Amino acid sequence: MSTRDLILDAVKRNQPQAVSLPDVPRFDRDEAPLLELFKANLERMGGKLAEFTAGADLNAWVAENYPEAKVVCAATPEVSGNRAITDETDPKTLENVDLGVVRAVFGVAETGSVYLSERQLSVRALGYLSQHLLALLDPADIVGNLHHAFARPEYTDNRYSVLMTGPSATADIEGVLIHGAQGVRSLTVALVANGDGDSITV
Amino acid sequence: MKKIHHAEASSYFIEAKDNEAFHDQRLWDLRQKRDREAAVIPEFQELRNLASQIKEHTLTHLAEYLEQFEAKAQANGVTVHWALDAAEHNRIVYDLLTDHSVRTLVKSKSMLTEECELRPFLERRGIEVIETDLGERIQQLDNEPPSHIVVPAVHKLRGDVAKVFARTLDTDPDNDDPNYLSEQMRVKTRHFFVDAEAGMTGGNFAVAETGGVVVCTNEGNADLSANVPPLFIASVGIEKLVPRLDDLAVFIRLLSRSALGSPITQYTSHFRAPRKSGEMHIILVDNGRSERLGMEEFWYSLKCIRCGACMNTCPVYRRSGGLSYGAVYSGPIGIILNPTHDMRKYSSLPFASTLNGSCTHVCPVKINIHEQIYGWRRVLAKHNQLPFVKKAAMKVAGKILSDPQKYRKTIDVADAAIEHLPRFLLYSRMNAWGRQREVPAPPDQTFHAWYLKNREGKQ
Ligand code: SF4
Repeated sequence: MSTRDLILDAVKRNQPQAVSLPDVPRFDRDEAPLLELFKANLERMGGKLAEFTAGADLNAWVAENYPEAKVVCAATPEVSGNRAITDETDPKTLENVDLGVVRAVFGVAETGSVYLSERQLSVRALGYLSQHLLALLDPADIVGNLHHAFARPEYTDNRYSVLMTGPSATADIEGVLIHGAQGVRSLTVALVANGDGDSITV
Repeated sequence: MKKIHHAEASSYFIEAKDNEAFHDQRLWDLRQKRDREAAVIPEFQELRNLASQIKEHTLTHLAEYLEQFEAKAQANGVTVHWALDAAEHNRIVYDLLTDHSVRTLVKSKSMLTEECELRPFLERRGIEVIETDLGERIQQLDNEPPSHIVVPAVHKLRGDVAKVFARTLDTDPDNDDPNYLSEQMRVKTRHFFVDAEAGMTGGNFAVAETGGVVVCTNEGNADLSANVPPLFIASVGIEKLVPRLDDLAVFIRLLSRSALGSPITQYTSHFRAPRKSGEMHIILVDNGRSERLGMEEFWYSLKCIRCGACMNTCPVYRRSGGLSYGAVYSGPIGIILNPTHDMRKYSSLPFASTLNGSCTHVCPVKINIHEQIYGWRRVLAKHNQLPFVKKAAMKVAGKILSDPQKYRKTIDVADAAIEHLPRFLLYSRMNAWGRQREVPAPPDQTFHAWYLKNREGKQ
C-alpha cells in the first residue's frame, strides 16, 4: 500500500463521530465608515497613508517622498519608475529595487490590509525584495472584514494571494517592535481612485 | 529515551533571574494584548465556537478533505507528497533537494520541521539550512531548539542575542540595541534569499476548496523563502486542513489576535500554484496524527492552530521557560501533545500545570486543555508512570483527601505550618516546585471555618 493510502486508511479508521459544518455568517455591522477604520488599522499596523485628489501627479509625489530611491520598479502604469518589470522578470534581479509600486485590488477595514496577487505584482518577489513598497488603493474598494475579503473571487482565481498589512515587522528581541525585518521597510498605501472607472479588477 | 524532568530542568531557567522576570512579564503582556484585541470584536466568543466546530467537523471528515485538497492542489500544478512519519518526510525533502542540486535552503519557521528534526538531518548530509525568522535564527545560531512556538527566542535578553550574534555573525559584541541586532540579521540574511536554490515553509492552514496553503507571518521571510528561489516546498500536518475559504476567515480573525494581540499578521499568504518558472511541492505529514485522531479523549488536541495563547497565559510556563519541557512543543499544548508521541519520556509534563484552566479559557479553538492535562495524569497513573515524589506525596494525600475530618485537620495544621515552620522545612527537597516558589500567605480562616461561623445559626 502507498503511504498515501496508509494515511487515508488510518484516518478513516480513526475518525471520531461526525460533527456538522456550521454556516459562517459575515458579521456585518454598522460601524465607523470603512475608510476611517481602514486608515486607523493601517497606521496601527505600522503602515503609512497618502491621500490624493483626482489628477494628482504621482510621479512628482514619488520623487519628492522617496528622494533616496535610485531604482523604482512600478508594476502599475500609474507611476513610471526606471526599472521595467513583466511576469517574465527573474525575481533575483529585483534585489536592488529601492521602491516597488503596485496597485492593490482591495483593502480590508478590520485589519488595514491590502490585497495583492501576482497579477498586480507581476513577480511576487517585488512585494518583498523591494526596500519600500507603495500600494495604490481606490478608497471605494474597501471591504469591512475578513469574511468579505476571503469571499472575493480573487482567492479562487489567483495562483498567489497575499493580504499585506503594514511593512515587515519583528518583535523577537525583548518584544521591541521593529519595522523592516526581512521584507519591505515601509509600506505606504496611497488612496487614489482607480482611473479605469472599473473599481473591481480581477 | 531519556525521561524529561520538568521541575529539575526549569530550575536552570529560574536561576537566570533577569531572564525569568522578563519572560514572565513579556508573555503576560502578550496575554493582555490578546484580551484587549478580543474585546474589540463583539463576536469573538462566537468566532471561537465556530472555529471549534469547524475543526471538529474537518477532523471527523478528514480523509474526504485530504483527498479534495490533494486533487485541487494537483490541478493547480503542485506536486503533493505524503509522509507517514518524520523519517519519510525528511527523506522526501532530501530527495527533492538533491534532484535539484540544492546546496542552500532558506526556511521560514515551521514547528512541523522541528518535530521532524529536519535541519540536523539535512545538515548532516551537507545541505546548508538557513532559518530566516529572527527568533528561530537566534536559536539556530545558539544551537538551541525554539523555546516558544510563536516567539522562539523569548527567553533570551538583548545581551544574550548580542553575544550569540557577535560569536556567529561577527557583529559588535558591545551593541545590544535590538534595532542594531535586527538590522544585522536583515543585512546578513538577504543574500541567502537571492542565492538559495530552494525555500521552505510550514503551513498554518490548508484549504481543501482551493488546494492552497496559507502561511501567516510578520517578517516577510516566508514569502521571500517561497517566492524567490525556483523550488518551493511547504510541509503541512494533515490536521491543518480547513474545508472552505469561509472557514479560513474565522481562523485568520482569531489567530494573530490570540497569538500576539494584533488584528492580523503583517502577511497572510495563500499559495495555490508555483510561481512562474518555479516548482511547488506540498508534503502532507502524518507523524502520529492519524493515531491521535483515534484517541477518544485526546483527539481534540488536533484542533490546535499553534497560536501560543495557552503558553502566554500559563503561570508554570511563564516561570519555567519553554526549554524546560525538553520537547518540541512546550507549555500547556506541549503537555497534551508530547505524551501522545512518547508517554514514558514525557511523563513528568502533565504535572507542570496548576490546572487553573486559564489555557482553556484563552484557546481560540476551545480545546479543553486543562481537562486533557488531568486526563493524562490519570492515564499515567494507570500506566504506573507517576514520578516517584508525586507518588509518595499522593499516597499521603489520598489518605487525607478520602477522610474529610483528617483533611480539615491537615489544612489547619498546614496553614499553621506555613506561618511557623522555618523555610528550610517548607522548601524541602521533596517539593521540587517549592524550591523556586513562594508559598502564599495563609488565609486567616479556612473556608470550612468561615462556613461554620457564618452559616451556623442561619439555618
Ligand atoms: S492549544 Fe489552543 S491556545 Fe494553545 S496553541 Fe493550540 S490553539 Fe493556541
